[in-house]
Amino acid sequence: MSNQNTQYELNKGLAQMLKGGVIMDVTTPEQAKIAEEAGACAVMALERIPADIRAAGGVSRMSDPKMIKGIQEAVSIPVMAKCRIGHFVEAQILQAIEIDYIDESEVLSPADDIYHIDKTEFKVPFVCGARDLGEALRRINEGASMIRTKGEPGTGDVVQAVRHMRKMNSEIRKIASMSKDELFEEAKQLRVPYEYVKYVHDNSKLPVVNFAAGGVATPADAALMMQLGAEGVFVGSGIFKSGDPKKRAAAIVQAVTNYKDAELIAKLSEDLGEAMVGINPSEIKIIMEERGQ
Amino acid sequence: MSINLHDKKEKQELKIGILAVQGAFVEHKKAMEDLGVSCVLIRNKKDLDSIDGIILPGGESTVQGKLIRALDMFSTIQNKINEGLPVLGTCAGLILLASHLETLPVSVKRNAYGRQLGSFVTNENVGNIKDYPMVFIRAPYITETKNDAVEILSIVDKNIVGVKFGNQIGLSFHPEMTDDLRIHKEFLNIVEEYSSIKQDASA
Repeated sequence: MSNQNTQYELNKGLAQMLKGGVIMDVTTPEQAKIAEEAGACAVMALERIPADIRAAGGVSRMSDPKMIKGIQEAVSIPVMAKCRIGHFVEAQILQAIEIDYIDESEVLSPADDIYHIDKTEFKVPFVCGARDLGEALRRINEGASMIRTKGEPGTGDVVQAVRHMRKMNSEIRKIASMSKDELFEEAKQLRVPYEYVKYVHDNSKLPVVNFAAGGVATPADAALMMQLGAEGVFVGSGIFKSGDPKKRAAAIVQAVTNYKDAELIAKLSEDLGEAMVGINPSEIKIIMEERGQ
Repeated sequence: MSINLHDKKEKQELKIGILAVQGAFVEHKKAMEDLGVSCVLIRNKKDLDSIDGIILPGGESTVQGKLIRALDMFSTIQNKINEGLPVLGTCAGLILLASHLETLPVSVKRNAYGRQLGSFVTNENVGNIKDYPMVFIRAPYITETKNDAVEILSIVDKNIVGVKFGNQIGLSFHPEMTDDLRIHKEFLNIVEEYSSIKQDASA
């Protein structure tokens, strides 16, 4: 194996270690500690959570490296951070401060409306959002070693994440049932190399780990995404925009582990206080999921 | 002929529990199934009944440590291991054995190789297993053994990355991330021996 391949395998491997876990958005070292304490398997360090980015409007960029470093020092679990779609210099900066995972994210304002980052040029791993199988495989072809649904960030509305997860899984099932000679045309339709379509056909899954993200606000939301086939869950605004972040965070973590145990999830859902308020996608102006296809 | 059939049946009856609260448990399950052994994914206390061995997989040890307490499995797992239940702990699993359950008398340094950029692959001997492909991902290593009966299985760059103590195996790296099944096979040998001794005792 070449060095580049080895690094890619290690990066896919780190995503495998995160499976069955919850990755939480945090904006301060204190929040990061609460998240770790509650059982987060990683934290996403960012200056403003998606709900506030939405409220503030304007251009939203990579967070201050000093703020990210503060969070790296506060916790022992992996720390992720977001860069703008196509902004490879922000990604270089995040690699320079030894971030564990970069999220090339539609939550921030895109820096490039045509090209994503060539992620094969980096040693640190990347996670990217996708709404369907084609987007997922295109990101993997660019070097992403983990995929998440886009959902619609900062809304507290799980409908888009559900739509994206269902779409991806139904496309995977479709390819799995195709005959071999149909795969070439499918690769053309999806605008991805044949090898990836062949992999999906042979294994009935993406070549990398796939998490749910965007709009998850309750333990039931998280368990829903797991039952729909997610391998883990990102929770952004849902935790620190709620009444009792500590309790809600711990409840979501347990719901992801025991996502089929309705009795337990019922117990976990009791007395969580106010959930984040939430907005419908029809009520919002900026549709983040359409960024970067 | 009848003896062979009997042996085969016994092996099939072995049941390996894999802690499935978080992390790379599916990868261990696949390795065990490739060796023809059935597994049970452990998510709550009653899943721990009637297992012949347990695997603590890679993942995040802080999460796993918290969940085995929250889901009320901590003392059951601890007691079973102390009573001799064979256990294979990999990466986070090693940390659980050493720092949470405290059944394995070694000191472990978490994230000993730094962040993800420090993750690496190498080949080294693991006990009698020669040239094993080792995958280290934000891995720990062992800084100290606290009991003379701890057997050192593997050393990489002067750091201890594999130990055996009674029926417990603790590894810094991830055998579940390779296709090389020799470590899982070795673990099954320990399980088979333990379950035959247990059967003899109860007979």
